[in-house]
Amino acid sequence: MNAFRGLRAMIYKEVLHAVRDRMALVFSFIVPLFQMIILGFAIDTNVRQVHTVVYDQSGRSQSAGAQDAGTSESRAFLDRFRNSDTFHIRKFVHSDEELNEELIAGRARVGIKIPVDFARDLVNGDSAQVLVLVDGSDSAVAGQALTVSSQIALDESLSRLLPEHAPAPIESRPKILFNPASRSPNFFLPGMLAVLLLFVTTMLTALSVVREKERGTLEQLLVTPVKPLALMLGKIAPYFALGVSELCALLVFMRFVFQVPIHGDALLLTLLSTCYLFVNLTLGILISTKANSHPEAMQLSMMIMLPSLFLSGYIFPRENMPLIFFLLSYVVPATYMVDISRGVILRGAGVTELWIDALVLASMGVCILLFAAKRFQKMIV
Amino acid sequence: MTAIRAEKITRRFGEFTAVDGVSFQVEAGEIFGFLGPNGSGKTVTIKMLCGILPLSGGDAWVDGIDVRADPDSVRSRIGYMSQKFSLYDDLTVLENLRFYGKVYGLGGAKLERKIEEIIEQNNIRPYVNRQAGKLSGGWKQRLALGCALLHEPHILFLDEPTAGIDPVARRQLWDLLFELSGRGITFFVTTHYMDEVERCSHLAYLYYGKLIADGTPAALRHLPDMTPPGTHRVEITTEDVTSALRTARTLPAVRSATIFGRSIHALIEDSVSGNELGEILRRKGYDVEDIRSLAPSLEDVFVELTDRRQKELETPA
Ligand SMILES: Nc1ncnc2c1ncn2[C@@H]1O[C@H](COP(=O)(O)OP(=O)(O)OP(=O)(O)O)[C@@H](O)[C@H]1O
Ligand SMILES: [Mg+2]
Repeated sequence: MNAFRGLRAMIYKEVLHAVRDRMALVFSFIVPLFQMIILGFAIDTNVRQVHTVVYDQSGRSQSAGAQDAGTSESRAFLDRFRNSDTFHIRKFVHSDEELNEELIAGRARVGIKIPVDFARDLVNGDSAQVLVLVDGSDSAVAGQALTVSSQIALDESLSRLLPEHAPAPIESRPKILFNPASRSPNFFLPGMLAVLLLFVTTMLTALSVVREKERGTLEQLLVTPVKPLALMLGKIAPYFALGVSELCALLVFMRFVFQVPIHGDALLLTLLSTCYLFVNLTLGILISTKANSHPEAMQLSMMIMLPSLFLSGYIFPRENMPLIFFLLSYVVPATYMVDISRGVILRGAGVTELWIDALVLASMGVCILLFAAKRFQKMIV
Repeated sequence: MTAIRAEKITRRFGEFTAVDGVSFQVEAGEIFGFLGPNGSGKTVTIKMLCGILPLSGGDAWVDGIDVRADPDSVRSRIGYMSQKFSLYDDLTVLENLRFYGKVYGLGGAKLERKIEEIIEQNNIRPYVNRQAGKLSGGWKQRLALGCALLHEPHILFLDEPTAGIDPVARRQLWDLLFELSGRGITFFVTTHYMDEVERCSHLAYLYYGKLIADGTPAALRHLPDMTPPGTHRVEITTEDVTSALRTARTLPAVRSATIFGRSIHALIEDSVSGNELGEILRRKGYDVEDIRSLAPSLEDVFVELTDRRQKELETPA
C-alpha cells in the first residue's frame, strides 16, 4: 500500500490533463488508424498484373516486314500469359530497340520476344525458343515473373507432348493454410498492430513525464511524499486506457474495413495485448528517466521503435535473420506481440499456445518498471 | 528547538563543488534569509535539505530528522516552493490545491476545509476557477505558497519567492510570512532584495559554495571590522549624486563610496570628518543638503564581505 502512496492523486491529475488537452488525445488516437488505412491499402506483396510488352516475330516473313505478325501458335502461347494473374500485356512492339526502350523506361517490367521460327519449330517438333526479359530491380516482381513464365512454358510443353486429355503424371496440389487467398492485409495487418500501438504508448508516456521535467513540476512532485511507483503508474494509467481503446479501434478497422477475419477470440487477443501495452508504457517511463527534453525523448523513443519494426518479424521473417539479430529479436517486446496477434487472428490460437508470450511480456514490464523506479529515485531534476 | 541543522554539507557535480562544507543552524519560528550571488549554491543547498538532491558529504537534520536516513519523513513535514513556478498551468487554482492536498493524503471534508482556509488566507477566491497558467505573477506565487501550506508543514523552503513580482504583492507576501511565522512555522527564504533581507530574523551569506557570514541582521551590521579601524561611514545627501560620487571617489580620504537613492554612502578615513568632506564637496560646487554618520547597512556588509573574500581568493595561499 505504502509503495503506491499518492497514486489516486496522480490519477486525478492525469485525468484532468487528458480532459484539458482533449485535442491532443483525439489526434494521437486517430493517427494510428490513418496509418493502418494508408499502409493497409498500399501494402500488397502479391505480385499481380505485371506490365508486360511483347515483340511477336513469329511467322513474319523476313523480307516483307509485315506489321501483323503472329501465328496461331504464338497467340495461344501468349494467351496463357494473359490468363495468368501475374502478367498484364499492355503493348505489342515491332523491334528489339522498342522492346528494350520499354524496359529501360520502366513502362514494362517484363518483355517477351517470340522469334520468327517459333511456330515452325513447334510444328516440326524442334525446341522453340522464347526470350523472356525480366526487370530485376524489384526482386519480388522478378522472382514471381520468372517462376510463372517458366511454369507457363512447362505447361505449354506438357500439353503438346501429352495426348489430349491425358492427366499429368504428377500433380502437386498446394494448399495455403490460414490465409487461403494469400491476401496481404491478412498477413500484414495483424503484425502491424504491434507497431502502431507503440506510438500511443512508449512515446506519449515518455513525453508526458519529460514535460513535467521541463516545467519543473516533477521537481515539485519529488518534494512531496508521492512514491516513485505511484508516480509512474499514475503516468501510465491514461495511456494504458488510450492503448486499449486504440487496440479495439484498430481491430474493428482491420476486421470491417480490410475484411481480415479473426479466427481466434478477439477478447483473448485484447487481454493478451494488455501485457504488450504495459511493457511499452514502462519503456516510456524508462526513457523519461534518461531524457531531459522533448527532442531527447523523441529520439530515444525512435531508438526503441525501430528495432521493433525490423526485428519483430513484422517485416522480415525472423527465421531468415543472421543469428545475432535473431537472438536480439527475443528481447524486442513487439516480437511477442506479433506472435500473439498473428496467432489469434490468423491461426485461431488460444491461451494454451500463447500464454508464454504474454508471460514473457508481463515479466519484462515488471522488471522495467522496477528498474525505472530505481532510476527515478536517483534522478536529479 | 532547532528546525534545521546542517553539518559541513557538501555537494559536488563531477569536479565542481557547488556547496562546500556549509554548516548552520536554524531555530524554530525563525525567518532564515539565505543569501548569496547567482550561482553561489543556494538552490542546491535547499534541494539537499528537502531530500531531492543527495548530499556528497556532511549531515543534515530537518525538523529533527536525518535527511540522509529518512528523506521520506522529511518530505511530509516540509513545504517547498521552487525558484521557478512549478504548478500545473492547465489545471485551475482549485484543482491544483485539490491535487496537492490529495498527494499529502488529505481527502473528503478535511481537504475541502483546508482548501477553504488556504483560499481565505491567500485571498485567491476570485481566481479559484482560473487556470494557473493564466494567473499573473503575484497570484501564481500565492497559489504556490498555498499549495505548499496545505499539509501544515513545520518548515517552509521558499526559493526566491518574490522574484519578478510587484512591490505591493511582495509586501503582502511578506505580511503573510510574518503571520505564519508567528504561528511557529520556520521559513528558509532566499532572496536578492535587500529590503527583504532586513526583514529576516537570521541571515546567512553563501559565497560560491562557502558560508562566509551567519547571524542576526544586527550582529552582522556590528561585525567587528565591518568598519575597519581608523575609518567611519557617512551619508551625504546631494542633488547631483552621480557626479558627486565621481568626485568623492577621487578624494584620497574616501576608501569607498556608493549611491543609495539621493545620497552617497561613503567609508572615509578618520583624518577627515563628515562635515569636512561636505565642505570639500561644497567647495567643488555641489549643493550638499545633509551629512550624517551611518551604521553599515546590510548591503554594505555583504559588499564588504564579498570584497574581502575575493581578495582572499586572489592572493595565493
Ligand atoms: N544538476 C546540476 N548539475 C551540475 N551543476 C549544477 C546542477 N545544479 C546546480 N549546479 C551548479 O551549482 C551551482 C550553484 O547553483 P544554484 O542553483 O544553487 O545557485 P543559486 O545560488 O541558487 O543561484 P541563483 O541566485 O541564480 O538562483 C551553479 O554553478 C550551477 O551551475
Ligand atoms: Mg537559485
